[in-house]
Parts: sequence; structure tokens; C-alpha cells
Amino acid sequence: MSEQQVQEAAFSPAEAQDQPLLSVRHLKIWYELKRFGFLHAGYVKAVDDVTFDLPRGEAIAVVGESGCGKSSLMKAILGLVHPHDGQILFEGKDIWEGGNAAMREYRMKVGYVQQDPYGALPPFMTIRRILEEPLILAGIKDKEERMERVIRSLEEVKVTPPSDFLNKYPHMLSGGQQQRVVIARALIRNPKMLIADEPVSMLDASVRVEILKLLDEVQQERHLSVIYITHDLSTVRYFSKRIFVMYAGKLIEKASTYEILHNPKHPYSWALLNAISDPLAENATKLRDIPPGEPPSLITPPPGCRFHPRCQKAIQGLCEVEVPPHFSVAPNHDVACWLYREEAEA
Amino acid sequence: MVPSDDPRDKALVVEDLVLYFQLTHGIVQAVDHVSFSLDKNRAVVVIGESGCGKTSMGKALTRLLPRNVNRYTGKVFIDGVETMGMDDETYREQVRWVKISQVPQAAMNALNPVLKLKDQVLEPLLLHEKGISMEDAMERVHAVFDFVGVPDGFIERYPFELSGGMRQRVVIAMALITNPAVIVLDEPTSALDVLTQANIYNVLKRIKWEKGTSFVLITHDVATSSELADDVLVMYAGHMMEHSAAEEFFAGPLHPYAKMLMAAVPKLYGEDELQFIPGKPPSLLNPPTGCRFADRCPLAFEKCKLEPPTYRLGNRLVKCWLYEKEADEIVSSPEALAGVSA
Ligand SMILES: Nc1ncnc2c1ncn2[C@@H]1O[C@H](COP(=O)(O)OP(=O)(O)OP(=O)(O)O)[C@@H](O)[C@H]1O
Ligand SMILES: Nc1ncnc2c1ncn2[C@@H]1O[C@H](COP(=O)(O)OP(=O)(O)OP(=O)(O)O)[C@@H](O)[C@H]1O
Ligand code: SF4
Ligand SMILES: [Mg+2]
Ligand SMILES: [Mg+2]
Repeated sequence: MSEQQVQEAAFSPAEAQDQPLLSVRHLKIWYELKRFGFLHAGYVKAVDDVTFDLPRGEAIAVVGESGCGKSSLMKAILGLVHPHDGQILFEGKDIWEGGNAAMREYRMKVGYVQQDPYGALPPFMTIRRILEEPLILAGIKDKEERMERVIRSLEEVKVTPPSDFLNKYPHMLSGGQQQRVVIARALIRNPKMLIADEPVSMLDASVRVEILKLLDEVQQERHLSVIYITHDLSTVRYFSKRIFVMYAGKLIEKASTYEILHNPKHPYSWALLNAISDPLAENATKLRDIPPGEPPSLITPPPGCRFHPRCQKAIQGLCEVEVPPHFSVAPNHDVACWLYREEAEA
Repeated sequence: MVPSDDPRDKALVVEDLVLYFQLTHGIVQAVDHVSFSLDKNRAVVVIGESGCGKTSMGKALTRLLPRNVNRYTGKVFIDGVETMGMDDETYREQVRWVKISQVPQAAMNALNPVLKLKDQVLEPLLLHEKGISMEDAMERVHAVFDFVGVPDGFIERYPFELSGGMRQRVVIAMALITNPAVIVLDEPTSALDVLTQANIYNVLKRIKWEKGTSFVLITHDVATSSELADDVLVMYAGHMMEHSAAEEFFAGPLHPYAKMLMAAVPKLYGEDELQFIPGKPPSLLNPPTGCRFADRCPLAFEKCKLEPPTYRLGNRLVKCWLYEKEADEIVSSPEALAGVSA
């Protein structure tokens, strides 16, 4: 048993207050591939044995390259795809136990800001209808109550005065205002947890800051648990205290944001950091030191460490053979990389 | 005054470039009297928020125009040759791909889905080097794929079989294969993740260093723009607000708009608080008179109701009343503006 598993086993349900809001345990999201429409032809292992906790009132970030499985992980947490294996526990209960009614109730407690904000708002609906709909779905029959909540939510995301916007259509709003409405919609049912999948990556720099600040404010004011998904580490520190780095379907490093930025351990985390430019003229004078190549196929991922074909530190005879477990290199800092096998055992 | 160099020695000289679009209810002033020049083997980045006219400027440089053009005037010298006076056929034969090529915004999603990659990359070459043998042409295709880092086996594939990053490399290969003096890149990496972005910028740097190509890089991403920038041109609402060498710009922009753009850039380290620019850029249908940034500018004062001139400070240009006292001079003629090399 790894150290982390020992910690998990020691957990007792009596400590409900310390119980994480969400626990993901050895989660596998595998998409089946079919040949001729019915013959099994393997799996896309988009999420492969992922374990983490989301504490109450905290914001965490999942960071990784395009196609590494971030959105699949989120869809699984929302109960939109069924796990191949593993569990998703919300307030201690498996979200798949309890049938449709329980699932619906669970989804009412989760807000979701989906990837691709430009396609997010239906163009033919007024802002008022867009915000009212989730309330109708939640069974709130009182029209006045609904209006009141719509107005309050617009005020919360600072699309003000609300009366100016209620009857507008999305295209009449600026990009920043549209994204504020997307967030208002995700929050209008007072969720306990918010999942934001690349909420700012398609936005202009200034609008991006506007939205990051808004999310941060809302998170703190509501004491909301948030999972923030992004490929861009530079935005994370303004928002979340913990980072989970994902590569090819696996979490490969888990640590505080500070640790990831100042003391990153996994060679892939080094690469992610090296890839980011702070705006400096000297950037143009040198090549960036980043691994060549692309992430591997998730159908036949490389054996051993999935990063080994791109890793300059790979240990021959080990990294391409054995899957590295999570080594604990410091309190609350785990890394799945063979480079730390001695440090961690010591 | 920095002596106005001979336009023939520059990669690009742009004088008083105007591109307006016609709509039923008015005229969109997308590129409004822009003048600048670019030395050979340098890269200028054009930055600004969405809707400021960056893409329109790229279109004006490469003459890839929509149908509703209302006005398209000015002078554009590309690799020493004035091109605005040319008719379309001459331009197609002598300028497009040969002297200047473009990687349009979202080009990687616009590759022909039913053509093999090699055929798409061959096209500009066969079009412009008439008489080139198929054998030589294929050799060039292999060489350019190798240069931009697309594995050789991919040339027989179709676009859908490639990742976004690989497709973007293919589009860059297309722009490169005819060895143009200038390549215009419109948001080349905005849809890609950070590692792929960094890989693409490594490719662009190698093109610049090894082939001597000049670049016009259009982007709203100020931080990554520094990966290629020698000069920085800040656009706002169709106007050129600042033109500075990258070293000076990133050390300290002059224009209040440029300062605010920089303050909105997330940084990995450091204590600076992120700031955003309240409001949004004005409509270019009836842009405000006076300084177009005035209604969002925290430093705006009485004078800003009038349009500011462009001031020169050393080798930098800035269009803002705040520099009235400090400036060396007002630069007003397009030739003189283009003559100030950042
Ligand atoms: N329904 C599906 N069937 C089969 N494969 C899928 C399905 N959904 C996603 N995948 C594959 O699973 C992998 C992970 O996809 P996912 O969308 O989770 O990645 P991501 O990290 O969110 O990427 P991005 O940053 O591009 O959004 C990809 O290879 C993708 O092609
Ligand atoms: N063919 C056209 N007809 C009318 N207006 C147009 C046309 N093309 C662009 N515009 C308008 O001109 C202005 C400048 O657009 P442009 O695409 O050049 O901006 P941009 O700076 O590239 O923005 P982005 O960062 O969103 O790509 C916008 O207001 C746009 O709506
Ligand atoms: S386990 Fe090996 S291959 Fe994987 S990141 Fe660590 S050193 Fe590199
Ligand atoms: Mg995704
Ligand atoms: Mg554009």
C-alpha cells in the first residue's frame, strides 16, 4: 500500500466536517471502440486510475495538455459518463448508487461552466430565459421568486443594472458579459460545487482577468468548492490553492499551487512551466526547452510511465517497464515519477 | 528625426493604410490610417483586444478582402515593391505567396478535408514556380515538412488524422514553401494548449533565424507574442496607438491602453495584481471622435476629446496627449511615420 492509500484507509466517516465534499477513487473512464459498429476493438483510456479529494470550500485546478482527459474527468464527475471502474463519492455517497432520482438531485448541487464559452449560450433565448430555465427545471413554480433570483444572480456577476439585460440576446453582450451570464447560470441553483472547464481560455486577455477575478470572488464569498480545468498554469495561481497535473489520463503530480510553481517535481510539470512565457523581450532570443513530440495514444498508451517516450530523465529498464506509483515527496505533495523512489522511501 | 530609410531596403513599408467595410447602416473603420515599417528579418507583433482591427490589417496587407470593402487605400511596399497600385492579377502572380504569404486566423481548421496534406502544400508551389518538376517539388515538400517538424509519413495523410498542433505546422509549411520575404500569422496558436504553442513558436523562431523571413504576427495574446517580437504595434479601434521595439515595450509600454493590456497578462511569478480594462472597445461603425480610448482611459483629460497626434520619443511612436511635453516631435506624414524604425 502506498502512503496515500494508508491515509485513505485511516479515514473514518465520523469526521463528517473534515470529509471532503467530493472524493474520486481509482476512477477509470474508458470509451469502448467498436469495429463494424459492434465488435470490441479496444478502449480509449481517457481517465485511468485517478484518485483525489476536493475539500469543502476550496478551489483546485486540474492542469494538462489537450486530450489528456480533463473534460472526460469532469463529465464523469457530473455523472454524464459511466465509469468503467472506480468511484465518485459526493458527501460520502457514490453518485451512481441510488438511481435516477438521486442522480438528478446530485446534479442540482453541481454547477457547470462548459468548455467553449462562445457556444455556451443559446443564441435565440433572452438572458432572462437562459437564467430562468435551470430554476424551472429545479421545480421552482413561483414566477416572482424566479425573477428575483435571476436579478440577484445578475447582480452577483455584476451584469448591471439587470433590467438593461433581461430582454437582451447573447450576441448583444460583450464577450465578458456573456461569460458572466454563463457563470450566473451555473450558480443560480446555489450549487455546492462548481466545475469550470477552461472558462477563460478562449477569451481576450482583459476579459480573462475580469472572469478570473469574478470566479475568485464568488468562490470566496460563497465558500464554494470549485474544480478549475485548464491547460494554462499561468492563470491557476490567481485562483486555486491546489493543483493536480494530468498527463495521458493519469494524475502525475498533486501539490499546492505554490509547490508546483516553486518546487515542481515531475518532468512533465517542468515542461508545462517551461512552456509559459511571461512577457519579456528576451523570450524571442532563445528556443524554449520543452519536450518534443505529442501526448501518446490513449488506446495503446506506452507501458511504464506514460511520459517516458518524451522524458529526458527516463531511467532505462525502469521507466518504460513499471508504472510509477505516487511517491510522497513532502506533506501534501505527491508525484508519480521514478526519480523520487529513494527520496520518498527515506 | 531618424532618417527615413529607402523603402526598398525594408521587408515591409506601410503608409497611410485604410480599410473600411460597408454595411447597410454605416461604414466600419477597421484599419484607419496606419503607417509603419518593418526591417528585414524582423518580426512585428500586432496586439490589441478582440475587434480592434488586427485581422483586418492582415487582410489589408495580403489583399485577402471581403466583398463589402468601402475603402482600401494607402501604400504597401513588400520586399521593396509597391503593391497597392497593382491590379489583382499582377498581385496574384507577383506578390501573393511569392513575396508575402498568410496563415489566416483558424487556418488549421480550414484545410481541405478531402485532400492529402502533400497536395495542399504543393499547391502554392506549383502555382508560382511554373515549370518546377514534380520531383523537385516533392523534394521541397519533404524538406519543408521536416523543417516545421511534421513527421515525413504524415504527407500522405488527411487533415482529420492530425492533431491541432500538427495541422498548424502544416499550414505554416504551406506559407513557407515558396520562401516569401514576409509571412503574416493571424492568431497562430490561440486555439492550442501551452506546450503546443511553445513548440510552434520554436518552429517560427527557427524559420526566422535560418531562412531570414520577416513576420507580421497578429495576436491578442501579449505574453506569447514576446516569443517572436522584435517590434510591437498596439492597435486600438483601428488606430495605431503605439509602435516600439520589443525591448522597450516589454520593459515599459507608453500608451495607457498598452499599459493596461500588460497589466492584464497573468504571470507565473511575481506579486503584481492582475487588472482588467473595464468596458469594451468602441464600435467601429461610428467610432468616437477624439482619442478612441478616452472613455476607458483612467488618465483621460480635457484634451482627449480631440484626436491626439502621433508623437515620437526616440525611436518610439505613441498616439496620446500625455506625451505632448516629453515628446521629441509630432510625426504626421505617413512617410515619416513609416520612417521611424522601432
Ligand atoms: N465519447 C468519446 N468516445 C471516444 N473517445 C473520446 C470520447 N470523448 C473523448 N474521447 C477521447 O478521450 C481523450 C480525452 O479527451 P478529453 O476531452 O477528456 O480531453 P481534454 O483534456 O479535455 O482535452 P482538451 O484540452 O482538448 O479539451 C481524447 O483522446 C478524446 O479523443
Ligand atoms: N467584412 C466585414 N464587414 C463589416 N465589418 C467587418 C468585416 N470584417 C470585420 N469587420 C469588423 O471590423 C472590426 C475589426 O475586426 P477584426 O476582425 O479586424 O478584429 P480583430 O482585432 O482581428 O479581432 P479578433 O481578436 O476578435 O480576431 C470588427 O468590429 C468587425 O466586426
Ligand atoms: S517516471 Fe521516468 S519517464 Fe516518467 S517522468 Fe519520471 S523520469 Fe521521466
Ligand atoms: Mg476539454
Ligand atoms: Mg482577428
